[in-house]
Amino acid sequence: MRIAVIRFPGTNCETETAAAIRRAGGEAALVDYRDTTLDGVDGVILPGGFSYGDYLRSGAIARFAPVMQPIRHLAEGGGIIVGICNGFQILCEAHLLPGALLHNAARRFSARPVDIRIERADLAVTRDFREGECIRIPQAHGEGRYVADAGTIASLEAGRQVVLRYVPVPGSDMPHNPNGSVADIAGICNPAGNVIGFMPHPERLADPLLGGAVGHRFFTSLVGARAAELTA
Amino acid sequence: MMFRVRVRVTPRPGLLDPQGTAVEHALHALGFAGASDVRVGRAIDFMMEAVDAATAIADASRMCERLLANPVTEDFTVAVES
Repeated sequence: MRIAVIRFPGTNCETETAAAIRRAGGEAALVDYRDTTLDGVDGVILPGGFSYGDYLRSGAIARFAPVMQPIRHLAEGGGIIVGICNGFQILCEAHLLPGALLHNAARRFSARPVDIRIERADLAVTRDFREGECIRIPQAHGEGRYVADAGTIASLEAGRQVVLRYVPVPGSDMPHNPNGSVADIAGICNPAGNVIGFMPHPERLADPLLGGAVGHRFFTSLVGARAAELTA
Repeated sequence: MMFRVRVRVTPRPGLLDPQGTAVEHALHALGFAGASDVRVGRAIDFMMEAVDAATAIADASRMCERLLANPVTEDFTVAVES
């Protein structure tokens, strides 16, 4: 199980993302944004960070990097593409996922744990969860307010494409939705479910050394999911 | 011909513009009580070689659709002068 972790100029979560893949038993390959092939790769993670300094709009320039060509091909062929934080922004800019991620409604960078509900447990990164399970996980972003027109939101809901949703934190005085996302959306997938993007950072809570390992399950899902498919 | 192009990109009406809201509050704090509906966008200036103004506008519009503006959340206008 070989996962490509793409590094753009300004990406800064690739090392811990690769470490989380390896810890889950997968093989991680750091791939440069200028590469034009993804041979021998079973899946791709676009990790967090600030590709191209977030110039113009977050993800707007990374979308045209050479590596996006083979990623698009892989996506069209049903390959697993996962965007975390900036990776989610890139997937939206690339129109591999619908909608856009705008500046947080509170005008502040938000970096704190949030509670999210796993809305679907049948996807490559959520198979090791139960549907409806709520977990607390870190997020850190300035542009995470998911928006899309009403028709798109309705079709996301009808097609069960909302994968992760912010949920109220019992006893907390913080807003449960850290950025003002419509419908408390924290993550979505495409209709086929093979392209998935979300704002939280599972790689930051993927080892007990980091204070918890709930994020590890995203990576065991990913690594195990593919292994199961291959033997099926 | 060489054209001077100015692209204006603005958040789509109805979408929350936190930056515009912050600027509006600051203007009110400075005593400019009459300011309202502040929206913050961006202007992108560049020079472009094109056979005529219509071609320059068409090219700049395609730049907006592909890169300079996000079709989901932003509107744009293009102005050219030779």
